[in-house]
Amino acid sequence: MNFLDLIWLIPLFPLAGAAVQLAIGRRLPKSAISFISPGAVGISLLMSIGAVVQLAGLERRSHEVRLFEWLPLIKADMGFLLDPLSSVMILVVSGVGFIIHVYATGYMAHEHGPNHGGFYRFFGYMNLFVFFMLMLVLANNYALLFVGWEGVGLCSYLLIGFYFHKKSAGDAGNKAFIVNRIGDAGFILGMFMLFQLTGSLRFVDVNEVLRSGRFAVELGTFGALSLCALCLFIGATGKSAQIPLFVWLPDAMEGPTPVSALIHAATMVTAGVYMVARSNALYALTPETSHVVAAVGAATAILAASIGLVQNDIKRVLAYSTVSQLGYMFLAAGVGAYWVAIFHLYTHAFFKALLFLGAGSVIHALGGEQDMRKMGGIKDKVPVTFRTMFVASLAIAGIPGLAGFFSKDEILWQAWSSPLGSKALWMVGFATAAMTAFYMWRLMFMTFYGTPRMDEHTLHHVHESPKSMTVPLVILAAGSVVAGWIGMPKVFGENGFMQALEHWRAPVFAQGHAAAHEAASHAHHDTTMEWVLMGLSIGVALGGIFIAKALFFGGGNIELRTGGPLYPVLLNKWYVDEIYNFLFVKGLTINGGGAMARFDANVVDGGVNGTAWMTRMVSRISMWYDTWIVDGLVNLSAFTVRALSFPVRFFQTGYLQTYALVFVMGILAIFGYYWSR
Amino acid sequence: MLAPITTAHYLVLSAALLLIGTVGILLRRNAVVVMMSIELILNAVNVNLIAFSRHLDQVNGQIFAIFVICVAVAEAAVGLGILIALFRNKETVLIDEIDLLKW
Amino acid sequence: MPASFMPSAQELMRFAPEMLLTLAGTLIMLLEPFTESGNKSRLAWLALGALLAALGLTAVSAADPGPAFSNMLLIDEFGTFFRFLVLAVGVLTILISTHYLRSGGHESGEFYALLLFSIVGQCIMATANELIMLFIGLEVSSIASYVLAGYLRDDKRNNESALKYFLLGSFATAFLLYGIAWTYGITGTTDLSLIRSALLNPASRPNEVLTAAASAFLFVGLAFKVSAAPFQMWTPDVYQGAPAPVTAFFSAGPKAAAFAMFLRIVLTGFEPLKKEWEPLLWVSALATMIIGNFAALRQTNVKRLLAYSSISHAGYVLVALTTHSGPGAAAAMFYLAAYCFMNVGAFAIITHVARRDERYVEIADLAGLGTRQPLMAGLLTVFLLSLTGIPLTAGFFGKFYIFKVALDQGFIWLAILGLLNSALAAYYYLRVIVVMYMEPAPEGEGELPAPAAGVLAAAVGSAIATFFLGLFPSSLLDFADKARRIFN
Repeated sequence: MNFLDLIWLIPLFPLAGAAVQLAIGRRLPKSAISFISPGAVGISLLMSIGAVVQLAGLERRSHEVRLFEWLPLIKADMGFLLDPLSSVMILVVSGVGFIIHVYATGYMAHEHGPNHGGFYRFFGYMNLFVFFMLMLVLANNYALLFVGWEGVGLCSYLLIGFYFHKKSAGDAGNKAFIVNRIGDAGFILGMFMLFQLTGSLRFVDVNEVLRSGRFAVELGTFGALSLCALCLFIGATGKSAQIPLFVWLPDAMEGPTPVSALIHAATMVTAGVYMVARSNALYALTPETSHVVAAVGAATAILAASIGLVQNDIKRVLAYSTVSQLGYMFLAAGVGAYWVAIFHLYTHAFFKALLFLGAGSVIHALGGEQDMRKMGGIKDKVPVTFRTMFVASLAIAGIPGLAGFFSKDEILWQAWSSPLGSKALWMVGFATAAMTAFYMWRLMFMTFYGTPRMDEHTLHHVHESPKSMTVPLVILAAGSVVAGWIGMPKVFGENGFMQALEHWRAPVFAQGHAAAHEAASHAHHDTTMEWVLMGLSIGVALGGIFIAKALFFGGGNIELRTGGPLYPVLLNKWYVDEIYNFLFVKGLTINGGGAMARFDANVVDGGVNGTAWMTRMVSRISMWYDTWIVDGLVNLSAFTVRALSFPVRFFQTGYLQTYALVFVMGILAIFGYYWSR
Repeated sequence: MLAPITTAHYLVLSAALLLIGTVGILLRRNAVVVMMSIELILNAVNVNLIAFSRHLDQVNGQIFAIFVICVAVAEAAVGLGILIALFRNKETVLIDEIDLLKW
Repeated sequence: MPASFMPSAQELMRFAPEMLLTLAGTLIMLLEPFTESGNKSRLAWLALGALLAALGLTAVSAADPGPAFSNMLLIDEFGTFFRFLVLAVGVLTILISTHYLRSGGHESGEFYALLLFSIVGQCIMATANELIMLFIGLEVSSIASYVLAGYLRDDKRNNESALKYFLLGSFATAFLLYGIAWTYGITGTTDLSLIRSALLNPASRPNEVLTAAASAFLFVGLAFKVSAAPFQMWTPDVYQGAPAPVTAFFSAGPKAAAFAMFLRIVLTGFEPLKKEWEPLLWVSALATMIIGNFAALRQTNVKRLLAYSSISHAGYVLVALTTHSGPGAAAAMFYLAAYCFMNVGAFAIITHVARRDERYVEIADLAGLGTRQPLMAGLLTVFLLSLTGIPLTAGFFGKFYIFKVALDQGFIWLAILGLLNSALAAYYYLRVIVVMYMEPAPEGEGELPAPAAGVLAAAVGSAIATFFLGLFPSSLLDFADKARRIFN
C-alpha cells in the first residue's frame, strides 16, 4: 500500500468521524460513539505510521501530494507535505490523540450534561479538532496551514465552552477567542508579507527562495524579513500562549480534562512552535527576530514557572507548566536549534498529556475536586494513576533516563553554546528547571501523600478509574520513559538509534541553519562543559524535588506560602490580567468616557455573555437538527431503503419459472440491442 | 422433385427446437418435463453442430456433438437424482410449489 | 496414428494438477466404503493433501508455460493465477466444511471427491484456450456443484437450492452451447486465437446477423455463470439454500473460474467485437451493481445478504471487464483474488455461527457476537470492512484499481455510478457490524461453542490474506499485470 500518496486521507478519517457523530450522533448509542471516535483517529494513526515508515525508505525524505489548485490568486494548492518535521507532528497528533480519545471514552462516560447530546457533541468536536490539527501539520503551504490553524482554534473554543451552563467556561472560551484573534492578525500580516517577498506560500518554494541567497542575513538590522518573521511569531505567541498573549491558556482549563490534555497541552498549543520551525529558513535570515523569540521564550518559561509555584488548582499548575515548557521550546527555536524545539515538543506531548490525564483521573476519583488543598493521601487508592504520574513528574523534572531529561538538557546546552544563545538565557532556563522540579513535586506530594484532607464522604468514594482510562495512562507512561532515547546527546556515544531523530531531521533543516550546524560542531569540542552543565541541571532537578519533599511531604503545612514576599504577586499571576484589564479595558473607559463605558458594558460583556449564548444556541440548533432532520432522515431512509429495494426484488419470487422468464427477457433485450444497431 | 435439404434447413430446425425447449421451460410445471425441454435445447445444439460440421466439411463439430451428448447424459443423471431427493422430502415435482427461498 | 497425437511428457506435466486432483477424487470415492464412519476426516486430509500437492504442481507447471494437447489448453500466467486462486479456495472450503459436516452427521467421502472434481473443472476453465474445452471444464465444475448444492439430502432448502441451480444452470449452459455452435459455424473453428483471426480477417468476415446471434448467446451463458444482471436471479436462492461451506465455495471458486473464462473470451477470441460488446457489458455491469446492492439493503438472512453482495461484487468486476483493456484485466484479477479471500472468510464465520442444521443464519442471530466471541466478531468485521472497501484491506485496493482503470479508459460515468454504489453498500455491511457489537445477545439461545480449528484456520488465513493484499497490493498486482500481457 502506497501510504505516501494517500497522506491526504489521513485527516479525512477524523473528519468523517466528526461528520457521522455530529450528523446522527444522537441516534447512536454511547458505545457506538466510543467506538467510532477513537476508531477514526486510530485509522489515521495506522496510516500515519505506514506513511512515515515508507518515508524513511525514500532517498530524499520529503513527499508532496498536490490534489488540486485551491486559491489560484496566491498560488495555494490543496496539497500535503510529508517530511521529517510533519511526520513527527502527525505521529504525535494521531498517536497521543488516539490515546486521549480512548481515555475520554472512560472519562466522559458519566457525563450528564443539561442534554444527553453532550456526549456525542464532545466526541464530534474532538474528531473535528484532530482533523484540523492534521490539516495544519500536513499542509504544504501557509494558507492551508492557516485553515487548520483557525479550525483548531474554533474547536478549542467549542470545547472550552463545552460546559456552557458554567459562566466561567463561557468567559474562558471568549477570552481564548479574543486573545487568539490578536495573534491571528499577526499571522495573516506575516503571511501576506511573506507572499510579497517570496512570491509563494508553498513551504518548499518559500524555503528555496529564502535559501537561494537572494536575501542577505539581516544581521544587526531590522528589515522586511525581520518584520515578517516577527509578525509570524506574534501569531505563534497567540496560539502557543507566550508573553504577552499567554493569559488565555490557564483559563482554558475550564474545559473537560481530556480537552486540556489533547488541545491545551499536547497538540494545538504547540502549533506555534511547529510554525516557527517550519519557517526556519526565514528565521535563519533574521537573527534579530530570533533574539526576540528566544527572549520571549525564556521570559515566558520563568514567569509561568514562578506562577506555577503557588497555584492550588491541580489543573492550573499543569496549565502554567505547559506555558513554561512552551517557553522552553521557543527558547530553543530562538537560538536556532529548531530541531531541539521539536524534540522537546515531542517528549512534552507524552508526559504532559499523561500529567493532565492523570490529573483528570484524580479529579474523577475525588468526584470533581480540583483544589490540591483538599486532596492528599490517596496514592494507595489510585495506584495506577499514582505510579504513572510519578513517572511523568520525574520526566518533566529532568531526571536522567526519562524523556524530559534529554530534550530539556539539549535545550539548555543549545542556549549555552549556540552562537545565538547566551549565558543569560541559560541561566533563565536553568532557574526554570529548578522551579519546574519544585512545583511538579509539590503537586505530587500535595495530591498523593500525607493524610487525606477531603471530607469523609469523598474519601469513602475514592476509586481507581476504569481500564479505558488507566491503560492510556500506562501507555503514555511508557512513552514518557522511552520517547527521549532517540535523541540522546552525543556525549553518551554515537550510534544510529541514539541520534535517530537527529539523522531523521536532515532534509528539512539540511541547508537550513548554518549557525546551528556550527554550534553542533563547536559543541563537540566542549564535551567537558556539556557534562558539567548536565550535572548541574540534574543537581538542580533533584534539589527542587527535595525542597518540595521537605516542605510538603507530610502535608502538614499545606497552606505554606512559598515565594516569600513575592507570594501574593505569584498567586495573582503577576497581576497580568489586572494590568491588561487596566490598560486595555479600563484605560479606554477613562479616556473615551461614556462611549467606552458603553462599549465595555455592551460589547465586552456582551461578548462574554455571548459565548455562553452562542454555545447554547449551537446546542439548541443541534437539538432541533436532531429532532427534525436526523429523525426525519432516519425515517425517510428506512422508507427509501424499502422503496429502493422493492423493485429490484420484485421478480425474486422464488418461482423458478419467473427466473427463467427474466432470463429469456434478458436474451430478448440483447437481441433487441443487436437489432437496433 | 423435392428441393435438396440445405444447411439452412437444419438451422431452422435447430432454431425451432430451441424455441420449443424455451417455451417448455417457461410453461410446464412438471420438473421432469422442464428437464426434457432442456434436453431439447441441447439437441438443437447438436443439430446445429452436425449441420455446420457437414457444411464446413470438418469432423470437429461431430466430435463436439458427441461430447455434448455425453455431458447431457451426465447432467440428466444428476438432475434426476436431485429431483428424487426433493420428491422424498416434499412429495412434489411441480416447480411452482417449490418456493421456500425467495425475495 | 501420428506421433503428434500422443501428448508429450511436457504437456502432461502442464496438465498435472488436474490429473492429480482427478485421481485423488477417484481414490476418495474408492476408499469411502472402506472407511469407518468415525474416520471420514481422513478423507478430508487426503483431499487437503491433494489440493496442496496440486498447488505445488501448479507452481511447477508455471515454470514451463505453453500450450498442451494441440492448443486446447494454454498454461500461461493468466491460467496459473486462477488455478492458484481456485485451489486456495478449495483448501479453505475443506477447512470450513469438515466440522460442519461432522456435527450434522453428514461427513462422507463424496463431498470431498465432488469438491475436487469441481475444482478440476475450474482449473480447466482457467486454462482452456478452446471452446469445447471451456464447455467441458464448465460442465465438470457445474455438475459437481449441482450435487454439492443439495448435499444435505434431508434438508428442504438444500433440495430446492440444488433443483433451481440445476435447472437454471443447465438452461444457461444450453444457451452457451448454442452460442458456441454458432461461433463454430461462422468461423469454422473453436480455437480462440483462430476465432480472433477469423473475425479480424475482412475477407472471411462473417455475416453480421449470425455473429450477433452467436455473441448474444455466448454472452447470456457467460453472464449467467458470473451472475451478472439480468441473469443473476438464481444466485440468492441457491446461495441461501446450499450448505454454508458450499455457499462459501460457490461464491468464490466457480465465480472466479467463470470470470477467467469470461475474460479470456472477451479479451482474446471476441476482442474484435469489442465495440458491440461494450454497451452490453456497460449496462450489465451497472445493473448488476444496482440490483445487488439495492436488494441487499433489506435482507435479514446473512447468507442471502452475502449472496446479493456477491452479485454486486460481480458488477464491480464487470466494470473492469467493460474497459476491454489489459489493465482492466489485471484489476479484475486482483479484485477477484481479494474478493475470494474476504468472502470465503466471511462465510467461514457464518458457518461457525449457523451451527448444526443452520438454525442461526439471520442477521439478528449475530447480535452480541462482539462480546460472546470477540475474535470471531473481529474477523467478521475485518471481512465486512474489506467488502465495504475500507483502506488497509484488500477490498479497498480492489475497488481502487477497478475504478481507476475505468476512469483512465474514459468510462467516467460508470466509475462514478460504481463509486456511488459501493458507498451505498456500506449501509448493509455496517448494519451487520452494528448488530454484532451494539445489540445484546438474544436470550434463551443455545450456547455458541468455540470455533472448530478448521474454521478458525480458514478465517485467520483469509484475514491474513485480506490484510496482506491490503497492505502490499503490488505483490499480487505485479503478477496480475504480467499475466494480463497475453491480452495485447
